[in-house]
Amino acid sequence: MSIVATVAPADYTPPGIEEFWQPLFGTDGPLAITRPMLLMALSVILVAWWLLATTRKKAVLPGRGQMGTEAIYGIVRNGIAKDLIGSREFMRFVPLLFTLFVVILTNNFFGVIPPMSFPTMSRIGFPIALSLIVWVVFHVVGMKKHGFIGYWKSLVPSGLPKAMVPFIFFLELITDLFTRPVTLALRLFGNMFAGHILIVLFITGGWYMLTSGGVLVIAGGVTWIFAFVMTLFELLVEFLQAYVFTLLAALYIAGAVADEH
Amino acid sequence: MQAVTVTAEGGEGGFWATAAPIIPHPLEFFFGLACFAILYYIVAKMVVPRLEQIYAERTAAIEGGMNKAVEAQAQAQAALEQYQAQLVDARAEASRIREDAKAQGAQIIAEMREQAAAEAARITETAHKQIEAERQQAVVSLRNDVGRISTDLASRIVGESLHEETRQKGIVERFLAELESGDVVREKVGTPTSSEGDA
Repeated sequence: MSIVATVAPADYTPPGIEEFWQPLFGTDGPLAITRPMLLMALSVILVAWWLLATTRKKAVLPGRGQMGTEAIYGIVRNGIAKDLIGSREFMRFVPLLFTLFVVILTNNFFGVIPPMSFPTMSRIGFPIALSLIVWVVFHVVGMKKHGFIGYWKSLVPSGLPKAMVPFIFFLELITDLFTRPVTLALRLFGNMFAGHILIVLFITGGWYMLTSGGVLVIAGGVTWIFAFVMTLFELLVEFLQAYVFTLLAALYIAGAVADEH
Repeated sequence: MQAVTVTAEGGEGGFWATAAPIIPHPLEFFFGLACFAILYYIVAKMVVPRLEQIYAERTAAIEGGMNKAVEAQAQAQAALEQYQAQLVDARAEASRIREDAKAQGAQIIAEMREQAAAEAARITETAHKQIEAERQQAVVSLRNDVGRISTDLASRIVGESLHEETRQKGIVERFLAELESGDVVREKVGTPTSSEGDA
């Protein structure tokens, strides 16, 4: 960022972390109502409306809307939940995984769709909330399945030399309690945060150069082309991150309900 | 934290504007949880059951369709077999009828032939009888004629009428009977036979 600052003329301010703090209605502080909260609420309303409207008819021969919903549902139900968790137990996790996928996907797409133009998941509070839910769920179902002691025992693979058991248990404990939820949240957050700041940088920088005149106009045009390309790339990343989050959530649940580790 | 916020607010934008991006904003965190809970409730209670129902109905419809097709195929097969069986029956029937007709025809021909033969035999017999009757008639007639002519001739030769006598004595009859029985003895003319001598 310091490089950008030195190269850019004094009156251009590159986007920074303050870009992501957008309180609304004059509120401020830890209880401020922020723009991503509004987007989150909007996403829930939109997704709920869409899902209810397209499944209302329950047609055996689906219309276009129902077909779209079924396609997304099929990805989560069969492509993720059934394949990873297994056909015996997957069904009770499908609502959770499907909700995760559509919520993350919609909010991620908000990052590049005007007028929302802000990825909700670039505010870490949201990815942490979702990760926490997954974390609680996979621990609870694991303990229900194996019992409280049995669950912690199941973290260590059987047939290990006795001397290795405490060491491996410690590693698995850190993975299970800390690494998994934190990486799950940070991965989503980091991708959305970086993607958004990159696009903002390309657009504002390009705009600055276009309005500066001279040779910079050409550079500005090229920068905007790049901004467009980055936006397309961002669409892909947004989908992938929603998919990866859901996939990993299913994987953790699968690990918890598996008969043997 | 309150102190930090207060001091930061002294600067530009406050604490949250410059806070490290990995510090979660409390209300955003709880709001995210609440929003997720609401959507999860809707999805779990309404959307997924509907979609599962659609899946189940579609599976049932496809399986039903396949069952129907299998059933239709079975029915077609049964109909074909029935048709073929009927065809075989019909062929057998036709063949049997043909055999019967042949047999009947042969029988009829045989009967007709028999009838014709019987008729022919009857006609032949009738003809024979008629001929016989006519012959008898001719014989009787001829006998009368021969007797009368012989008598006439003999009368002329002898010169007198023998009619009365011959009628009375049945000479001619006796003579002819002798002829038939082959007892006639040729006699020399002039020497009367014993019978003539008797007459």
